[in-house]
Amino acid sequence: MTPKFLLLSLLFSVVLLSFSAGAFAAVSESEEGKEDPTGFIMHHIKDSHEWHLVTIGHTHITLALPVITYSSDRGLEFYKSSDFQNHETHKFGKDYAHNGIYIDDHDHLGRVDGGSILDFSITKNVVMLFLVIAFVLYITLSAARHYQKNGAVSPEGVASFVEPIVIFVRDEIAHKSIGPKYKKFVPYLLTLFFFIWSGNLLGLLPGAANLTGNIAVTFTLAILTFVIVNVNGNKDYWKHVFATPGVPGALLPIMVLVEFIGLFTKPFALMVRLFVAITAGHIVILSFIALVFIFESYSIGILSTIMVTLINVIELLVATIQAYVFTLFSAMYIGSAVAEHHHDDHH
Amino acid sequence: MDLIIPSAGLIFWQLIGFLALLFILIKFAWKPILASLAEREASIDSALKSAEQARNEMSNLKAENEKLLQEARLERDVILSKAHEASLKMIEEAKKESSKQGALLIEAAKAVIETEKKAALTEVKNQVALLTLEVTEKLLRKKLGDDKAQVELVDQFIKDLKLN
Repeated sequence: MTPKFLLLSLLFSVVLLSFSAGAFAAVSESEEGKEDPTGFIMHHIKDSHEWHLVTIGHTHITLALPVITYSSDRGLEFYKSSDFQNHETHKFGKDYAHNGIYIDDHDHLGRVDGGSILDFSITKNVVMLFLVIAFVLYITLSAARHYQKNGAVSPEGVASFVEPIVIFVRDEIAHKSIGPKYKKFVPYLLTLFFFIWSGNLLGLLPGAANLTGNIAVTFTLAILTFVIVNVNGNKDYWKHVFATPGVPGALLPIMVLVEFIGLFTKPFALMVRLFVAITAGHIVILSFIALVFIFESYSIGILSTIMVTLINVIELLVATIQAYVFTLFSAMYIGSAVAEHHHDDHH
Repeated sequence: MDLIIPSAGLIFWQLIGFLALLFILIKFAWKPILASLAEREASIDSALKSAEQARNEMSNLKAENEKLLQEARLERDVILSKAHEASLKMIEEAKKESSKQGALLIEAAKAVIETEKKAALTEVKNQVALLTLEVTEKLLRKKLGDDKAQVELVDQFIKDLKLN
C-alpha cells in the first residue's frame, strides 16, 4: 500500500510541477514579478467577487459572479464581477470603476463618490454555500425518499449512509447532551451537522471555496445557536445567570457580570473554533504547495506533495471532528438552557 | 474581503440559505426520516417483546405437554395393571370352571357307569336266572324221572334252606 502511495504522490507532484509553475507565477506576479505566497494563500482563504478556477500561462480562467449592491439613494443594483476588473489581468481596483461603483484590490465594494453602499453580491462563498446546500438537500432528500417509498424498513443506498449519522446525532449528541427534551432540537442539530460537515469536505476539493472557514459563516451559525439557546432558556438558566445559586451577596455583581459575559463567549468560541480549524488547515496545505514555487526544486516538490497528501487525510478527519464538535457544543449549550435543576433550590 | 471581519453580504446569504435549508429539511427530510426510525425502533421493540412472549408460551406449552404425557403414562400403567389383574382373574375363573365342569362330568360318568353296571348286573342276573331255569328245567326233566331223586332234591333244598 505505502509504496504505491508514494509512487502516486511522485507522479502527482511531477504533473503538478510541470503544470502549475506558470500558474502560480502568474497569480503572484502582482508585486513586480516577485513570488508572493501570502497573497496566493490569502487569495484562496478569503472570499472573492469572482471564482478563479485556473491560470494557464497568462490566461486567467475565472467565473464571473453577480454583484448585487444596495444603497439608500440608488436602491438595488445588479452587475457582474467582470464589469469591475481589467479583462486582461482580472485585477480589481478604483481604476476599473463601473457606474460609480468599484471593487478595490482587497475585494471591498465602494462608491466613487464616497457614499455608503451595501454588498449583497453572490460571491465565491455564496456560490459555494448554494452548492453545499444543494449537496445536503440531495443526500438527505434522497434518504427521506427511501423511507417515504418503503416505509420503516432497513436503509438502502444513500439512506444507509445518512441513517447512521442521523442516529448518531440524535442519540449520542442530542439525547445525551440535552436530556429528555431533546426531540425538539434534533432537526436543527442534524441540519447543522450535515451543513458543516459537507461544507468542510467540499471545501477540501481543489478549487473549492473556503466556506466553513469563513468568519461570516461561522458567525451566522454561532448566532443561530445563541438565539436557540436563549430563546429556550428556562427559569433555572436565567437564575443561574442573574442570581447564581450559592454565591455570597457581595460577590454576586461580579458573578453576574461573569455569567453575562459567558452568554456571549460560548457562541464566540463556537464561531472562532470552526473558523480557525478549517482556515488553518487550508493555510497549512497551501503553504506546502507554496513551498514548491518558492524553492522551485523537484525534491521539495515531491516532499511537499507527500506532506500535502498526508495533511489532506488529516483534514478529512478535522472536517468530521469540527462538524461533530460544533454540533456537540451547540447541543450542550441548549442542554444547559433547558435542563431542570432539582438541586440548590433551597439556597 | 477581510479574514476576521464577517462581511454583511455573506452573513445575509448564509442566514437565508441556512434557514431555508433548515426548514426544507425539517419538513421534507428529518420529519420522515426520524418518524421512520422511531417507527422501526418501535416495531423492533415490539417484535422482540412478542418473541420473548412466544418463547415463554412455548416453554409453558412444553411443560403442559410434559404434564399431559406424564398423566397419560400413569393412566396407561393403571390400565395395564388392571388388565393384567383381569386376565389373571379370568384365567383363575376359567380354571375353576373347568375343574368344576370336569368334576361334574366325572360325576355324571360315574353315575352312568353305575347305572350301566346295575343294568348289566340285572341283565346278568336275569340271564343267570334264565340259564338256571333252563338248566333246572333240563335237569328236572332228566332227574325227576324217578322219585328218589325227587326226594333227594327236596331234601337237599330243605337242607340248604335250613343252612341259610
